[in-house]
Amino acid sequence: MSRLTDAHVALANEIIGRYPRPKSALVPLLHLAQEQDGYITRDAMVHIGELVGVTSAEVYGTATFYEMFKFEPVGKYVVNICGTMSCALMGSEELMHHAEQRLGIKAGGTTPDGMFTLEHAECQAACTEAPCLQVNYRYRYRLTPADLDELIDDLSAERLTHEIPPHGTVAKVRQHIPSHRGVGVVAPELVTESPAWLNGKAAL
Amino acid sequence: MTSSYLHAPGFIAGDRPKIVTSRFEYVDSYKIDRFIATGGYQGLRSALSRPAQTVHDDVKSATVLGRGGAGFPAGVKWGLTPQEVWPRYLVVNGDESEPGTYKDRLLMERDPHQLIEGCLIACYAAGLSQCFLYIRGEMAVAQERVAEALNEAYEAGYVGKNILGTNFSVDIVLHWGAGAYVVGEETALIESLEGNRGMPRLKPPFFPAANGLYGQPTIVNNVETLANLPWLMTNGVDAYTAIGTKTSPGTRMVAVSGHVVRPGVYEIVNGTTTFRDLIYGEEFCGGIRNGHALKAFVPGGGSAPWFTSDQLDLPFEGSQVGAAGSMLGSGAIMVMDETTDIPAAALTLTRFYAHESCGKCTPCREGGTWLERILSRVVDGKGTDADLAQLIEVGESICPGDFPHASNEALGLTAVPFPYKMTTICFVGPSAYVPVHSALTLFRSEFDARITKRTMIKVTAVGVSS
Amino acid sequence: MSTTESHNEAEIVVDPNAVSMTINGKSVTARKGEWIIAAADRTEDFIPRFCYHPRMESVGMCRQCLVEVEGPRGPMMVVSCMTPVAEGQVVRTDTDIVKRAQEGMIELLLANHPLDCPVCDKGGECPLQDQAFSHGPGESRYVEEKRHYEKPIPISGLVFLDRERCILCDRCTRFADEVAGDPLITFTHRGNNTQVMTFPDEPFASYFSGNTVQICPVGALTAEPYRFKARPWDLQQQESTCTTCSVGCRTVVQSSRDEILRYQGVDSDPVNWGWLCDRGRFNFQSTNSPNRLSTPLIKTESGLVAASWTVALDETARVLRHAQPGSIAILGGARGTNEDAWAWAQLADALGVDMRDAQLDDGLPAEIFGYPNATIDDACSAATVILLAPDLKEELPVLYLRLRGAAEKKKIRIIEITTHDSGLTRYAWKSLQYEPGHQAETVQQMLSTPEMQEQLGRGSVVVVAGRSNLSEAAHHTMAVVDTIATTVSQVSVLPVLRRANVRGALSLGLAPRGSTDAAAILEASANGKVDCLILLGADPLSDVPDADLARRGIAGARHIIAIDTFLNNSSAHADIVLPAAAYGEKDGTTTNLEGRVTNVAQSITPHATSRPDWMIAVELAALLDHDLDILTLQDIQTRITQTVGGFDGLSVSVAVRKNGILVSVPPISPLQVHHDAAVKRNAYEFRLVVARKLYDQAIGTAMSQSLAALAPGAGVFVHPHDLERVGAKDGSSVRVSNTTRSVILPVHASVAVTRGTAFVPFNQKGVDIRELLQATNGVTDVQIANIS
Repeated sequence: MSRLTDAHVALANEIIGRYPRPKSALVPLLHLAQEQDGYITRDAMVHIGELVGVTSAEVYGTATFYEMFKFEPVGKYVVNICGTMSCALMGSEELMHHAEQRLGIKAGGTTPDGMFTLEHAECQAACTEAPCLQVNYRYRYRLTPADLDELIDDLSAERLTHEIPPHGTVAKVRQHIPSHRGVGVVAPELVTESPAWLNGKAAL
Repeated sequence: MTSSYLHAPGFIAGDRPKIVTSRFEYVDSYKIDRFIATGGYQGLRSALSRPAQTVHDDVKSATVLGRGGAGFPAGVKWGLTPQEVWPRYLVVNGDESEPGTYKDRLLMERDPHQLIEGCLIACYAAGLSQCFLYIRGEMAVAQERVAEALNEAYEAGYVGKNILGTNFSVDIVLHWGAGAYVVGEETALIESLEGNRGMPRLKPPFFPAANGLYGQPTIVNNVETLANLPWLMTNGVDAYTAIGTKTSPGTRMVAVSGHVVRPGVYEIVNGTTTFRDLIYGEEFCGGIRNGHALKAFVPGGGSAPWFTSDQLDLPFEGSQVGAAGSMLGSGAIMVMDETTDIPAAALTLTRFYAHESCGKCTPCREGGTWLERILSRVVDGKGTDADLAQLIEVGESICPGDFPHASNEALGLTAVPFPYKMTTICFVGPSAYVPVHSALTLFRSEFDARITKRTMIKVTAVGVSS
Repeated sequence: MSTTESHNEAEIVVDPNAVSMTINGKSVTARKGEWIIAAADRTEDFIPRFCYHPRMESVGMCRQCLVEVEGPRGPMMVVSCMTPVAEGQVVRTDTDIVKRAQEGMIELLLANHPLDCPVCDKGGECPLQDQAFSHGPGESRYVEEKRHYEKPIPISGLVFLDRERCILCDRCTRFADEVAGDPLITFTHRGNNTQVMTFPDEPFASYFSGNTVQICPVGALTAEPYRFKARPWDLQQQESTCTTCSVGCRTVVQSSRDEILRYQGVDSDPVNWGWLCDRGRFNFQSTNSPNRLSTPLIKTESGLVAASWTVALDETARVLRHAQPGSIAILGGARGTNEDAWAWAQLADALGVDMRDAQLDDGLPAEIFGYPNATIDDACSAATVILLAPDLKEELPVLYLRLRGAAEKKKIRIIEITTHDSGLTRYAWKSLQYEPGHQAETVQQMLSTPEMQEQLGRGSVVVVAGRSNLSEAAHHTMAVVDTIATTVSQVSVLPVLRRANVRGALSLGLAPRGSTDAAAILEASANGKVDCLILLGADPLSDVPDADLARRGIAGARHIIAIDTFLNNSSAHADIVLPAAAYGEKDGTTTNLEGRVTNVAQSITPHATSRPDWMIAVELAALLDHDLDILTLQDIQTRITQTVGGFDGLSVSVAVRKNGILVSVPPISPLQVHHDAAVKRNAYEFRLVVARKLYDQAIGTAMSQSLAALAPGAGVFVHPHDLERVGAKDGSSVRVSNTTRSVILPVHASVAVTRGTAFVPFNQKGVDIRELLQATNGVTDVQIANIS
């Protein structure tokens, strides 16, 4: 059960500073918490509520709405096999059955060694590449059962760590707005005038 | 002939005009150096060298249609903001998740600077003082590419304070979701961006252009829509409208998936290309796999009523497709061949929408799941006639009155045009009924067979036999 | 001397914003900006609904209120709760497609709703049940497994949640967020799994939680004190006014078999908008308490023993008859009705009693009523509201709701002048913290800044004035109110004295004569100058801030007569105790803080032999040969109407039973303003702030089992930096001392407390801070020492 680390609090404050209203940072901060612990802890939700100025219940209400947030520990690799139409037409059900047998768990379960969580996912926007899956939100396309076996072998042997971070980390690159370049944020109620460039003249 | 780039999975280039995919051939298409070397940020320069209003006028006269699903002209949308209410915001809808749709992710992964440039042009033209670029949570690489591109663009002076040394200043903030299809609906997107549960708001009164993010006028544009703007600015309105038709100018990205020889993402000429071209044309999908026959196809993403071979000669054009009983939606065609188990295929979509219901309004929350349960029972061979009747009853509680469907010569059906009446706040609830209604209308015998046989069919695959 | 009929139906007709429209072919006049459903509610065509609530923002999510509106492309189906009326609008609620949609919606809502109506508390008064009959399809075709959740779960000490029954209308969650400002319950999860929940293991600890039970359109939320107590059709009900505090919220009192079982809020437009606080809603339990006084008691050598009324009244009359002239004193009367207060004032007049005070040195002098009077509505529509008051969330919760709502909707700007963060601090435009004793300086500085001057010049200014700190002299606040009233234009004052009928009691004759207020009376009593001290529902030993003064006063009185519902700290010392009828056991009227007179209703027979206060006064007067010529309550009301200025509207009994009538009385006596120079504080010491929390040891709370446990208990709160200075840990014990005495209390860190001050909640279980308070001191400074 952990609150955000000091480094993450600094990052959190940077993110909060980009929005006219702090609550907008809620989902990004929940991702930060999940990156830190692999799932969303109760203390992290309390902490995030403090950071953006809302109640823990509000954080919880938002967090539970979104599929990606886990409230119990999950595997190091979360394998999401798409089951929506395009993938279903191309054999995703067989792929899921194969994955269940190979990992010895049902969809929704986690392997006893904590390496894999298997999930049934909905459309992942790779429909032409069906059937597809994501491992910690990194794609694999047009998979045959044999491809899946190979993938699981590679993941088990930690051969893909350069590409696939442990569950919780989504993007490995963060936006950074350099202070000398950023425009900064103004609360909407304090803005009364039109932007400077709407003066009827060309800006350049 | 077609060409494809391994670094752009699914994309099939072909020898056609390219407005938004012109850089996909380069492995490093997402880097700022490549972008600038291939004409990048010239559209922005062109825009900034003119008064904002004339840029807005150009977008209006080019009739850049929204590529997110509704097909509303972007220039008109920008003009719907109330006079003299500031600040106004731009929210970029990169929450692509409509079943069958795969294009915005490619645009974000392969050419993020083009999107950034499009955002800047929109902000300049419509006087939008901050931009939030909302990318679907599950798209890790798209988030990385856009983040990197933004970092590059800030350092290079294209984004932020005094862009290109002018008085045009705007921040683009990368925001990312966490997994919820409904957030692709613009008012739900705004709720999500405000840190709330992504539940759609009612329109009226919450038309984003008047009352959007933080209650301020807000323009919500799709990724592909904005990606059109740099080319439009660089090449001009005439060049843009020379492609496609008068009502649907330019190009569109279309993903064709399912049982075709060459599933892929194509940038096609808008308005003229027909579904037959797309599915059977050699420069496109090359026909149905294994010499099979076409059974049905979904013409515009999972929310669109289904077509059969009777509709193949319709062009990819909104009003004609609407009159024929469906919609173009988000540029996504899903093709089913003769081996497809229709009730099971419909179930994959109904399950999707039931699962993705936000839970806010009654008909979608309760009706979607109810439909899924009944259909599931039917697919498992445990359904009854009453179940089939009940599917329609539940559907009518979600969408009372006539429901759109395609014409069908063999069945003696005439088309009921799009759209439908709905009791829900947004289209997610009706979308759960769409596949049920289409499948029951066009393939009733497959349902009857399941029921009358009373056999315990155990379906493990949805038409995967080859 | 004005009497205002505050509710005027005729206003609707002359509204210049009127629009005409038709609903089912009948023409309807509506107001611009109004929703269709609100306009329809004035016709005979009922539109079914679940999520819509007229006092909350519409969300349009249950979809039950769908209607058809003619549009350019034919009829459009819209939700009537979120579609505004328009000139010439044609609305149909009765077409086939509307009926199909409404029936469909009921069927969908019932799909997952358990059909456990026979064992559900809501059965019989359930909107879902009622509308399923009136607008439903008549049968359910849902054969699937319903949603299952653990049921019911307590989400607070007062409220249970049954998620299986919930239809997810967002009323409770919206109320918590939008009205109460306590978003502690929320929707969680998504789609078909959506549910209402608190944060795990964090209760729905809102002072207003009971309202969610009342507005729940199904039996998903139930209140612990009412669960399985009655069926709605067995309840009798009387519309009344809550007398827990002086806001005067309208209620219905529901009873069965001569026992009060529930209070529900009634929507009074000028007052409570249908809301109640939990203390007001649930303290009916005290009326039913087995600890109520049943018979008169008379002190004997073996303590207080039961006596007959005849004996007790004779004995009381004997005591009064033998008292020296000018040596009888009356404390209290603010908890009774107007009629009680008037009758006792008549008796006091007859006996030549000058020593009288309805307050217990814990309010403001009655002169506060001498300023131009503001109503709650005035405050909620003023350009500026200046708070010189206790934390309204703790003391006058529904007034807090009204002001909070007005501030949230940007209708008013609040300037708060406070010793510590209050419930309204986060909604205030400016919150100025001061150290007790420096109130006047702070206000002077405030008034001198151009920003404030500009704000105060923007329109009407309402000063909400009350006793914010029981360890600071009342005249500090009075002086500041006077400064504002004399330097700012368009000022009116809303006095926020806490006890329910303090305004009525003071207006009807129980105000001090001259400067002989409660403190002076107790001092006189301590000095042996009181032969007979009458405690009229008053408990000085618990309520007077200076504990030592109260003790000496009680000890010094030769005789004490207590009229009360319970034996309390003070009445336990009485020579004669007379059992009084409680709220709900008597008819009458009460006057709220703005001077609004409304009725209180008798719902059950008085407990055992107890009698209304007024009746006791009348009988005593008769025994003392001062016949008041009163036989009935009506006689008193007639006499008040005829003799008390401003109360002439009291005879309009219908008005008194609705939104009430506003009375205004002339200034009781001219204000004597004392301007003290601010007292310097030794830097090592803390200046004390003592104020009430909603839940304390007040008898109505302590005797209501579901509320008693909610009182936080005694403690001292200091700023975290000060806690460090003291060297104590949060929760450890410290010694708090003034120059002569000390108490030991647990200490807590709180950023809500101003540095250099120490906040101690009043009248909490545990060590009593009043030991350190002295009525003669303007402020109280203490030392805090770590002893652990």
